[in-house]
Amino acid sequence: MPSFLLGRIVSLVLSLIAASIVIFLVLEVVPGDPAQFMLGLNATPEAVATLRQSLGLDGPLLERYFSWVLGLLHGDFGISYTYKVPVAGLFADRIWISLPLALYALALSTLIAFPVGILAAVRRNSATDVGIMGATQVGLAVPNFWFAMLLVLLFSITLRWFSAGGFPGWQDPLLALKALTLPAVALALPQASILARVMRSSLLDTLGEDYIRSARAKGLSQGQTLWRHALRNALIPVLTIIGLQFSFLLAGAIIIENVFFLPGLGRLVFQGITSRDLIVVKSVVMLLVFAVILVTFLVDVTYALVDPRLRRATR
Amino acid sequence: MPLLEIKDLSLDIGPFEILRDIDLTVDGGEIVGVIGESGSGKSITALTVMQLLPPSAVAKGSVKLEGREVLGLPDAEMRKIRGGTAGMVFQEPMTALNPVKTIGDQVAETAMVHGGMSRSEALKVARQTLDRVELPANRFPLDRYPHELSGGQRQRVVIAMAIAMRPKLLIADEPTTALDVTTQAQILKLLQRLVDEDGMGMMFITHDLGVIAGIADKVSIMRKGEVVEAGPTVELFRNLKHPYSRALFEASSHVPPRIPPAVTGGTPVLAVDDVVREYPLPKRGLFEKRKVLRAVDGVSLRIERGENVGLVGESGCGKSTLARAIMALEPTQGGRIAISGEPIDPKRGASFATRRHLQVVFQDPYGSFNPRHRVDRLVSEPFHLLGSSAPTGVAREKRVARALEEVGLSAADAGKYVHEFSGGQRQRIAIARALIIEPSLIILDEAVSALDVSVRAQVLDLLADLSDRLQLSYLFISHDLAVVRSITDRVLVMRAGKIVEEGATEEVFRAPKHPYTQELLAATPDLEGALAKRETAGA
Repeated sequence: MPSFLLGRIVSLVLSLIAASIVIFLVLEVVPGDPAQFMLGLNATPEAVATLRQSLGLDGPLLERYFSWVLGLLHGDFGISYTYKVPVAGLFADRIWISLPLALYALALSTLIAFPVGILAAVRRNSATDVGIMGATQVGLAVPNFWFAMLLVLLFSITLRWFSAGGFPGWQDPLLALKALTLPAVALALPQASILARVMRSSLLDTLGEDYIRSARAKGLSQGQTLWRHALRNALIPVLTIIGLQFSFLLAGAIIIENVFFLPGLGRLVFQGITSRDLIVVKSVVMLLVFAVILVTFLVDVTYALVDPRLRRATR
Repeated sequence: MPLLEIKDLSLDIGPFEILRDIDLTVDGGEIVGVIGESGSGKSITALTVMQLLPPSAVAKGSVKLEGREVLGLPDAEMRKIRGGTAGMVFQEPMTALNPVKTIGDQVAETAMVHGGMSRSEALKVARQTLDRVELPANRFPLDRYPHELSGGQRQRVVIAMAIAMRPKLLIADEPTTALDVTTQAQILKLLQRLVDEDGMGMMFITHDLGVIAGIADKVSIMRKGEVVEAGPTVELFRNLKHPYSRALFEASSHVPPRIPPAVTGGTPVLAVDDVVREYPLPKRGLFEKRKVLRAVDGVSLRIERGENVGLVGESGCGKSTLARAIMALEPTQGGRIAISGEPIDPKRGASFATRRHLQVVFQDPYGSFNPRHRVDRLVSEPFHLLGSSAPTGVAREKRVARALEEVGLSAADAGKYVHEFSGGQRQRIAIARALIIEPSLIILDEAVSALDVSVRAQVLDLLADLSDRLQLSYLFISHDLAVVRSITDRVLVMRAGKIVEEGATEEVFRAPKHPYTQELLAATPDLEGALAKRETAGA
């Protein structure tokens, strides 16, 4: 196990270095001079040149890359062109909405998908199974922003249980959670549908394995066989999907953030791109890549916890 | 009162009649063999005793365990019987254990479910049981995982799970079929010992007549859901009455008629000199030097035109790797391979012109075909090796028809899909595919191992006939020594990547020189020998 962990950590660091180089280079070759863009069309060449210099866009490529990476390591992401404030501050505000929202949605989707998927697998081909599979089909087909609007119509406008949008801050955690509930539900629905289907098919595969028959031949009941032998083996594909979903939820919530007026990371990237605020874009993308790689790492470690065959140093 | 009494058992699954009027009894301390080909209903009979049938199965008749009717027993009662009064061992040890649980936990589970024990008490029982199946604590601590064990060791764990509560009845469903002969011999000895020690009754299911003659006191022969013949082992085999049993008996020791090849000299169809195939092993530590596994270690062999050469050895000895290297499917790290005098480039592989001299038939008649293609396309696939000189149109159809007729199928079969054929017929299609470009050498990698004995006898006849008529050479790779003996002229015995013995087949089998060959032959189940031994013991 320790050598397995070490191997994973090395690969984590290498992935991060590779990602930072790619992001830096891609944004360097994007057409459009940020300084020119910020100053507008009527700016004099001298003014643009001065701004370029003050933004550090003049130095050699390698030097700019290293100063950017060093800054990242110190938590210094640079100053936003458009907001004229440190990018780190912009993050700090938004990550406290996006991260809890993603975790909340993920928790909801897992809590829905596990029992539903297990039930469908155990009662295979029954009315329950057909019903559940039909419902997940709908859950996949419905666009989440439209579902979000339905939620607002029902729970905010008609029933008045939740506010229709905005975020009050974390001074009152209960109130904050309440504000995140409708967006989390809207995000969780399609994710839960996917996860339930994966859970069902993975569990069905597992239930057909020889060792399930062995367990039954030992005298275990169907329920005991499911809990003690089938579930843990069925978990690997499910974990993979959960990992992918978390990465998506962290940054992919742009539309839902817009529907509920939540100032999250998704909106920050969107605004950064439209205003060519390259420092913001570069930093947010790097942060998201970091999150994705970290989640992949955690998923890998969980695999090894679940399945002893994966605990070797190299695979 | 017999321990297990099956009377007039009939069973339907949906519209299919699976079992008809089965009668079978097992007494304590007795081993009852059930023999039959695939689909004969022997496993379903066993699963009926355990009540582990698919939900759509409907059973009629009576199955009594210690005088108690099992059919229709509620699941809660049945659970006390499974693993308690009756244990079961299955065929495939590689998949019969849960990969994410330790062997200790899996054996202890039987004790926890039945004995109402705490985990630590159950683990003590697990330890004792693993000792009984000869997995000592110093080498096999309870916290080992199944993937750390070999096939034979895993089968011992499966047996430990079944006997942890010292059941009265043990059902063993092809428990040694997936194992090597030497491992098989050890497992059979273990089962015999456990039966003797505990006075257990055992229902032993197999398709191998040699195995059953060695272990069973009584035998029932099954065919298409019926028991066609039953009786004490020696009596039964000495006076087989039913035509099917006789056919089965003959097929199991079938030797296809062959004309010995006239070895002409000339260029050998295959020349392998000092070939080495190495695999890098995973590094254990970060700074450790990478080790390599020599799967094929300096092997040399020659096959002349028209000659059938056998390659025998146990799983992991490198015989399939050698075959893959000859087919240029794997790079080699040393030595030379030449097919009909044309050398294979160890890096770039063989040219199409060289490859057409060599074809292959694999073990699995189900997995070796693309199910979406028709037979004519499957069979004519090797034509791409001929490039622009490949036949087209009518000429192509004729070649396909001839190849199919050559293997005993009809030209009309060209329009069908493989799922319309049985396992034996599929293996014939695979042979037709190999034949169609008239190769000089066919590699048969366990090509008859998945077939039932009667079908296997037919395919062996076909292979012998083709070799005689077309001057074909075979490299016949198998773990089944009886089959190799019946069809090859020369045999090579492989162990741990090396050829340990080589010679004319009859000589090697009659007077093996290398201790490993002797060990292999001694472990091979032998019907005649087993019967003779029982007769002298009885007399």
